[in-house]
Amino acid sequence: MTSLTTPAHATLPADWRDFVALTKPRVMSLVVFTGLCGLLAAPASIHPVLAFAAILCIALGAGAAAALNMWYEADLDALMKRTSNRPLPAGRMDRQSALHFGVALGVFSVLLMGVATNWFAAGVLAASILFYVLIYTVWLKRRTPQNIVIGGAAGAFPPVIGWAAVTGDVTLLPLLLFTLIFLWTPPHFWALSLFVRSDYAAAGVPMLPVVSGARVTRQQIGLYTLPMAATAVAPWPLGLAGPLYGLAAAALSLVFILLSLRVLANRASEPEGMKPEKRLFAFSILYLFAVFGALVLDRWLLA
Amino acid sequence: MMPVDPDEVRRRQKSRAMVMAVLLGTFVVLMFAITIAKMSVNQ
Repeated sequence: MTSLTTPAHATLPADWRDFVALTKPRVMSLVVFTGLCGLLAAPASIHPVLAFAAILCIALGAGAAAALNMWYEADLDALMKRTSNRPLPAGRMDRQSALHFGVALGVFSVLLMGVATNWFAAGVLAASILFYVLIYTVWLKRRTPQNIVIGGAAGAFPPVIGWAAVTGDVTLLPLLLFTLIFLWTPPHFWALSLFVRSDYAAAGVPMLPVVSGARVTRQQIGLYTLPMAATAVAPWPLGLAGPLYGLAAAALSLVFILLSLRVLANRASEPEGMKPEKRLFAFSILYLFAVFGALVLDRWLLA
Repeated sequence: MMPVDPDEVRRRQKSRAMVMAVLLGTFVVLMFAITIAKMSVNQ
């Protein structure tokens, strides 16, 4: 790691709000939602207090991973406009505070998960934090243009953890939910990266549109969308979910595929001409919420 | 080095201590609730 220049006001203790900012609270909503859906879709009941504790642990674990990510990437964040105002690159916090905070929060979330639910769920939570920090942030993000695929795997853990918190094991359905988020992330993120002119190139991160261009990125979006749709519908024919889920997933996936085809047909290279990309990105968020919501409704209405 | 205002340092320390106190209080309540929930599940 390159050392950062020490800002003049480094000895001032960091404001507590900057510790909150370190956990990327806005990213947490999707994590909490998919974790909750995994928990609610599991074929057993859990005490509401323990369910709350499990979701809290998933959120805190994600916050810990985000804090450690910002600790490691402070040099990189300083180079990009979007991230240059984060607590570390802006000099509002010293690096060691961020490291200690991230490690403490991560250990706390795993221990609390073990105490409140079971140690298998705690183990999966620990694995997800380590995966995001070590495999994604430290090892692969700066080395491969498929980095976002690896990052997607890290984001795909919450429903598996939610499920494991209830049942103490992992079966085919949570693995399918994992695969769904894993395959959903690249089209979701690459659509965004096409129309948001980011300065990843300046920071030396090999993002796909920067490395291979818009055409290849659009092809890759289409390439991931097909297995994603198949994974979304799969629980229905496999007998793991009912027709309510199956039909909703099929309809939503069809829209996703149609929108990705319009992206594939688009030739624009400037953000002004990228309406299909913007629509796909907006829909992709709705898609994930709706598919997971449909699974829970299917479980609870048809049970 | 720019001189650090001691009043500002105290103010920061105080607000961080307050947040920590609230979090610890919440933690105590949560552990109590988890204990009760665990006992009711195991009955």
